[in-house]
Amino acid sequence: MNRIEVRDLRVAYGDREVLHGVSFDLREKEILAIIGPAQSGKTSILRCLNRTLDFSPDARVSGAITVDGQLLDRHTDVEALRRKVGMVAPLPVGLPLSIYDNVAFAPRCAGISGRAELDATVEQCLRRAVLWDEVKDRLTISGTKLSGGQQQRLTLARALSHRPGILCLDEFSIAIDPVTTMRIEEVLRELRPELSIILVTNLTQQAKRLADRTMFLLKGEIVELADNGVIFSATPGDRRTFDYVNGKFG
Amino acid sequence: MWRRWRKLKEAFIEALIRLCGISATIFVVGIFLFVCREAFPLRHNPDFHLTEFFLSIQWYPTSEITKRYGVLAMIAGTFSVTLLSMLMAAPLGLGAAIYISEFCAPRPREILKVLVELLAAIPSVVWGFAGLTITSRLIVRFTSADVGVNLLNGAVLLALMSVPIIVSLAEDAFKAVPDSYREAAIALGATRWQTTWRVLLPAARNGLTAAVLLGFGRAIGETMAVLMASGHAITIPHSVLDPVRTLTANIAAELGEAPAESTHYQVLFLTGVLLFLITFVVNLSAGLVIRRERRS
Repeated sequence: MNRIEVRDLRVAYGDREVLHGVSFDLREKEILAIIGPAQSGKTSILRCLNRTLDFSPDARVSGAITVDGQLLDRHTDVEALRRKVGMVAPLPVGLPLSIYDNVAFAPRCAGISGRAELDATVEQCLRRAVLWDEVKDRLTISGTKLSGGQQQRLTLARALSHRPGILCLDEFSIAIDPVTTMRIEEVLRELRPELSIILVTNLTQQAKRLADRTMFLLKGEIVELADNGVIFSATPGDRRTFDYVNGKFG
Repeated sequence: MWRRWRKLKEAFIEALIRLCGISATIFVVGIFLFVCREAFPLRHNPDFHLTEFFLSIQWYPTSEITKRYGVLAMIAGTFSVTLLSMLMAAPLGLGAAIYISEFCAPRPREILKVLVELLAAIPSVVWGFAGLTITSRLIVRFTSADVGVNLLNGAVLLALMSVPIIVSLAEDAFKAVPDSYREAAIALGATRWQTTWRVLLPAARNGLTAAVLLGFGRAIGETMAVLMASGHAITIPHSVLDPVRTLTANIAAELGEAPAESTHYQVLFLTGVLLFLITFVVNLSAGLVIRRERRS
């Protein structure tokens, strides 16, 4: 069964349409990479999936999105949806709360208040984001005091804290160092058996390293969506894919 | 020749601008020194004792037989009416700021902000008038009070008068919180209220404290409305329905009647010094809180 099904998704900001009818599926327990140059609509797709596009007053959306068999519409419980679809933003944002409270934030918002349960969640999520050993003795200091790379792992821990079935990462590595990037990539590989992951990236090599399938998005249209073996071969389905992947443009 | 003239002009303008810049300081220090100078002769006055000033509730400055200059009741009046007003104004003002900055749509937001500023522009004597004719009657109708002009009435007016300051400063404090915090919290499945309560309030804490402190400073210095609407009786209030007199109202009411250079006149100036110090401390602490926020 597909975790997410997107059909003919169109997004316009004012008069400018940035997604021209996009359709794809996210399968169970796969990593789907979305690559493409800037302004190709990658982030808009993610913002539709967790409905944070609702906060752009001039955005208009049409098409159908189904998450775990449920069609998203006006009556969708958006808070529950956002807990189901975890999101890691490009720039690390440590909330101005303690490290503990950063990770306990989403469970608390979902109504969990038992100390033991929160403790366990916080430790587990920080361990999975390979941050636990660095911060376990100072969980009470502010999350904003961590370094950029640590904050991005904190963001990842936070995104895991509400036990999402789907995890979206939007260019998570643009503001962090290569070592941290590699560590997070390792984490994603470990998460693959449990989660379905959408990885938006403009590093084609990262898509090649991590993804099962890759979608090449260009100017709001899917040029090609295929297994990595095809996309990164010498003969992908579309000439433009080959050119982009091999750095001829973009 | 021409060049020298231009240089002179430049120096002149620079001096003028510097003068404007430091004029506020000059005025504050000047007023403080002036008020102190008028109160200064009290030091040799056999009729006046500083302990009596602070610790006595007896205020008989015009008595023929035993003059008394105790302002304790008025200090109590000032603080009780101001604190009670803050108990009302702080939640109301912060609530309004939260609504305006986090829940309101952009268009009504602008209208609301203009209205709040309008509230700040109402002259205090008009507030006093409203206190005499509207709120005091409501208090008589809905409580057991015989007279409506009392501590509660004054506090209600002061609350309404300081709400605009609290709202606009608190709204600034919320605006200063980066949007990335809001987006991160929303993406984690938080509702708007959870975002506000768990993220924005802690993030804006210092700015909000400063907003309330400056509202407090506004309320404590207010004179005309409390003079007209809080009863003007020199007693330490035992309930919110007792009348009170504040330090400010006392000065305003009596300074015109006190013969210059008399002990009464000088004590009123000393009361002014006291008020000055209180508001100075309140505003200074607000400033320190804001500075701490900037640094962190």
